[in-house]
Formats: sequence, C-alpha cells, structure tokens
Amino acid sequence: MEPRPRSFYILAAIFGLFLLFLYGPTITIAILSFQGPTGGLTFPMRGTSLHWFRDLFKQQAVGDIWGAFGRSAVLGLMVMATTVVVSVMGGLAFRKRFAGSKLLFQLVVASLVIPSILVSLGVGLIFSQAGLPIHWASSGFGAQLTWTLPFGLLIMFAVFNRFDPAYEEAARDQGASAWQTVRHVVLPIIAPSLIGVALFGFTLSYDEFARTLLTSGSHNTLPLEIYGMTTNVTTPVIFALGTLTTVFSLLVIAVFLLTVWAMGRRRASAGSDAGKGV
Amino acid sequence: MNRLFTSPNLTGWLLASPLALVLAAFLVLPILMIVVVSFWTATEFSIVPAFSFENYDFLFGSPVTYSVFLNTFKYAAITWAVTLVLGFAVAYFLAFHVRSQTWQTALFLLCTIPFWTSNIIRMISWIPFLGRNGIANSTLISWGVIDEPVEWLLFSDFSVILAFVHLYTLFMVVPIFNTMMRIDRSLLEAANDAGASGFQTLVSVILPLTKPGIMIGSIFVITLVMGDFITVRFMSGSQAANVGRLISNDIALLQYPSAAATAVVLLATVLITIGLMLRLVDIRKEL
Repeated sequence: MEPRPRSFYILAAIFGLFLLFLYGPTITIAILSFQGPTGGLTFPMRGTSLHWFRDLFKQQAVGDIWGAFGRSAVLGLMVMATTVVVSVMGGLAFRKRFAGSKLLFQLVVASLVIPSILVSLGVGLIFSQAGLPIHWASSGFGAQLTWTLPFGLLIMFAVFNRFDPAYEEAARDQGASAWQTVRHVVLPIIAPSLIGVALFGFTLSYDEFARTLLTSGSHNTLPLEIYGMTTNVTTPVIFALGTLTTVFSLLVIAVFLLTVWAMGRRRASAGSDAGKGV
Repeated sequence: MNRLFTSPNLTGWLLASPLALVLAAFLVLPILMIVVVSFWTATEFSIVPAFSFENYDFLFGSPVTYSVFLNTFKYAAITWAVTLVLGFAVAYFLAFHVRSQTWQTALFLLCTIPFWTSNIIRMISWIPFLGRNGIANSTLISWGVIDEPVEWLLFSDFSVILAFVHLYTLFMVVPIFNTMMRIDRSLLEAANDAGASGFQTLVSVILPLTKPGIMIGSIFVITLVMGDFITVRFMSGSQAANVGRLISNDIALLQYPSAAATAVVLLATVLITIGLMLRLVDIRKEL
C-alpha cells in the first residue's frame, strides 16, 4: 500500500471532529440525565442518581409521556408497514414507463421538498373543514406518509436500478406467472432493502414533529409531548426522557441493521437453493 | 390476471395507485386547500369562506414580511455553505481515503445514525453546551480566552445555524458520498499520470463528477432550512424569525387564512428555488 498523503490526516481529523460534533451533545445529555436530585441543566454534576428517570414515572412531573410513547410506537408501526408495501408496489410500477409516471415522480419529489408545516396545515384544514375527526391515526398517519413514502420509493429506485432482470427472465422461461416471479424471485432478492425501507418508515414517523403538529388531534405523539416539555420543564427530567427515547431509537436501528446483516450471512452460507423446490 | 399484467399502463397504474392516492389525499388536496383558504377571511373564532386578497395585501404591505423572508434566505445561504464544505470533506474522506470496505460501511453508518433519531432531542442537547454557564463558556474561561461568559452562544443566529448544520449536514454527506463512489478510479489515475496535482484532480475531475450529488444535497438542505420553524423558534429562544415561524404564529392565533397566504408565498419561493436547481440535474439517474 502506498503511504498516506498529508490530506488523509487533515481529513481524518475533520471527520473525527465531525463525529464528535454529531454525537457529543447527545452523549452530554445522557451523562447529565444522571444528575443528582439538586442538579441543574448543565455541569457540574451534583452527585449521580436515577432521580430524573424515576420522575418519568410520576404523572405530575412529566404529564402523559407513556401514553404518548405508546401512540408514537403504534403510529410508527402503522407508517412502517404502509411505507414498505406502498414503496415496493410503487418501485415495481416505476420499472416501466406508464402514462402519468413522470407526473407521479414529480409529485414524489414535491413531497420531499414541500415544507412540512404546509402539509400539516393543509391536512389539518381539510379534516376540520370536512368535519372529520383529527386524530393521530387518521390525519397524522396520512401526513407522515408524505414524508416516509418518498424515502421508501427512492430506496426502491436505487434497488431496482441495480436489479438484474435476467433473474425474472429465467423465472418466466421456467413458466412462472407474473405473480410467482414477484413472489419467489424479486421479493426474496430485494428483501434486505425492504428492511432498510422499514427502518426509514418507523424512525421517521417516530421522530416526526412538524407534520404531526396540526394533525394529531387532542392526543400528543412523543415528539410533540417532548416539545411541550421544553417550554415548561427546566429540570434534567427532560434529559432523562431524551436519553431514554434516543436509546429506544438506537435499539430499533440496531435490530434493523442486525437483521440485514444476519440475512446477508445466511444468504452467503446457504448458497444456492437450486433444485430444492422452494 | 394475465391480461392485466401484459398491459404496461394498467399494471403500472395498479401498482402505483396506493402511492398516487396517498399523495393526492395528503399532499395535493391539502396544498389546494391552503391556496383556497388563503383567499378566505377570519374572525376571532372562525374562518369564513370568501374571495378576498386581504391576506396577500397585508402580507406584501408589511415590511416585516420582507425582513423575515430575507432572514430565511440568510439562514438557508449560510447553512448551505457550511454543510456543503463540511459534507464534501466528510464524503471525500469516506469515499477516497478509507480503504477497507468494512470501515467505510461502519463509518458511513456512524454518520447516518443520528438521522434516525429525534431532531428535537438533538436540539435540546445543545443547551448544556451553549448556555451562559454551559460547557463552551466554562471551557473558554478556563483557557483564558474570555473573562466572562459570552451571551450569544445560545438563543442567537449562531445557535440557530449551528443546530441546522448539526441536523442537516448528513443530507449533504449521503448524496455526495453516493456520487463519489461511482467515480471510476481509473480517471483519478489518469489525471495523476497526466501530471495533475492532487488539488487539480479535485477541482477538474472529482468536483465536476460530484456535481449531481452536491445538487441533491443542496436541494435537501435549502428546502429543509427554508421550511423550518421549530429549529429557529427553539434555538433562537423565540427571538429570531423566519417564514415558517410567521406561519406557525398565525396558526397559534387561529388566523388560518393569513397563515395560508404566507404558506402559499413560501411554497412558491421554495418551488422556484428548486426548479432553478433541478434544471441542472436529473435526480432519477443518480440513484
């Protein structure tokens, strides 16, 4: 190997500082959430305790955060399942040109670039003017999809751009119907990417704020609840909550990434299943 | 069944219909609704259907509007410049300097994981750093750089832009890294063989080939910053304004028609900006 050029060390330093910049603040609040009972929002630490984590379980200290957490988790799963199914169908559709495909693609891009407060305001207005109940599982759910679907679809584009159509041709030559080809050839090949789409669907929904702000109705999701706390809570309990929900997010991310990794390994070790009559 | 699958238009439409329905119901209709409501009028308690230019007259007649739009562009421009330089450097390091694929994947994941965590928490986590008695101030005092705490670290334009850079740099890193990974390495060798210096290779070979990634990242960052209201509100301690806050303030006062008019102008501004940028790159070819 050639020796590293000087630019390597400079850029490595920048990269290191960037990671510190990305993670430093989060690690700091994780440490501060273990403040002693008299501690404040910044250093020094006045002892260490689980005081603020225990406060999370007292209604009067934090409001209905567990209800909010439950709603966010359910909504995340709903958005995740819908995003995976709709993105795969959309991805399959866009492999061939159809009348209006260009317009639909432009709508998808528009969905990414239109400020989220507009979606929130517009969906809220429609539901209230039509007399429909504004609820996180109806209006909130739809508003969040306008953010997760474009990501899901872009991932599917990336997947199908690299997909070798020879596999499908082989399946068709063997007499597989269109549905059998999708079910037994295409879906298994793209399965690891679907885990990626699911990860985007769940986490983007779980953390979404602006799109749910005017569409969640009288029951808050967790990000809304946390934002409400920033205006009236001035104790490290908010750090404890932040730490807990970040740990939850990291666990979710770890589960998804490990699943992708395990699928890759199983595929590598199992080798070909030709002739096994799957 | 078979006939359905042989007609490309019908199959396409069947498969795309859920996507089209969701976007029609939760994107197109809401935007149309906002355009309609922007011509309505409001009383203290309700909004009244009408066809009046009152909201727009007020919006364009107020000097506040222009300064707020200017401020929004200022945030977008500064954030764009910083995230571009930083994102390019990070992507360059990952794509060209990290040699093992395992390390490349691991470091890339480290850069993207915060994207899947909560923006609000990531904003809150700056408080212990930037506050009057925060880590930044106490460190600077202990180093003797300053004598007393500086006030402009938190709740200022500085903290707003810092938070934007913190939240959105990875929207630059990912597309730029993606295009850099597709650059044929033999082009770099050719440049080297032809006697180009490292800097010349960067400017004349890598930069032009990375342009599509830069454009996509720029579109993300600029639209996210222009449409933001929560970062500005939280990180400026409600002291600074951008268009998003103008809208959310009207919403808080239940002045929906006025909020809708501002939203329409914001949307037009964002779409014109993006339209200009999209003329330079075809997103679908770059995935």
